[in-house]
Amino acid sequence: MTVEPSAYLMVGAVLFTIGAVGLLVRRNALVMFMCVELMLNAVNLTFVTFARHFDDIGGQVIVLFVLVVAAAEVVVGLGIILAIMRRRPGANADDITLLKG
Amino acid sequence: MFGDSTTVDVVTFILAAAATLAGGFGVVMARNPVHSALSLVGTLFGIAVLFIAQEAHFLAAVQVIVYAGAIVVLFLFVIMLLGVDREEDLAPESLPGQRIAAAVLAALGLLAVVGYQVVDSLSITGASAVSGSASADDNISGIAESLFSRYVFAFEVTSVLLVIAVVGAVVLARRHRDVGGAR
Repeated sequence: MTVEPSAYLMVGAVLFTIGAVGLLVRRNALVMFMCVELMLNAVNLTFVTFARHFDDIGGQVIVLFVLVVAAAEVVVGLGIILAIMRRRPGANADDITLLKG
Repeated sequence: MFGDSTTVDVVTFILAAAATLAGGFGVVMARNPVHSALSLVGTLFGIAVLFIAQEAHFLAAVQVIVYAGAIVVLFLFVIMLLGVDREEDLAPESLPGQRIAAAVLAALGLLAVVGYQVVDSLSITGASAVSGSASADDNISGIAESLFSRYVFAFEVTSVLLVIAVVGAVVLARRHRDVGGAR
């Protein structure tokens, strides 16, 4: 009994779903960011699984790029949250409705 | 890896997958953002173990250092800095039926993906490796060779992206005292 690649893919799919639901349901901007990280990690796991399955190192290189982009995204996102918080307290995404028509 | 130690592989996979999914649930369910961040660490470590189980040793190390080390600490730093580390009331929904709709949609999507995987069982393409083998003994040198030959342009673009992100973060985070009030 070995661990099939599809088992890893299912873990990735479930993790992505958890992240997506969290992004839809939670209203704290920081927690929403963490849910995005969950989704990115699920995709990374899928990439690594396919890298092994097809014996292609390119999947692992892509994961490296995803890591870099995720780091940049977190830095800019947290900067935006900081800038918003400075004007108004609270991290509730529903309160930020200035652009609402 | 698939030789005699298959039981160890299976047990490792089950434990790591359980840690990953439990951490994911923790991130979504926790009322306190600090608890969410700590659950995220559990997920990231579980993913790192799954990377090691799939012979991606370098990525596992990078995962722990960059994600669990840098990104989660950044999250915790911002949580503490903003003082939003108090409990959040999860009860009221801003849109009625929002959670049920999200759960149903997610279940349908998950069912589609998992069902597709089970039915198709990975015979998706007949593509052969274009950027080198992903074997365990030369994992780091394989990544390096691929990164600095085939993907070197993307690598350089990534460095530009990092510079832009650093400049953007500085611009966003600094106070504009002299430019017409707080911005």
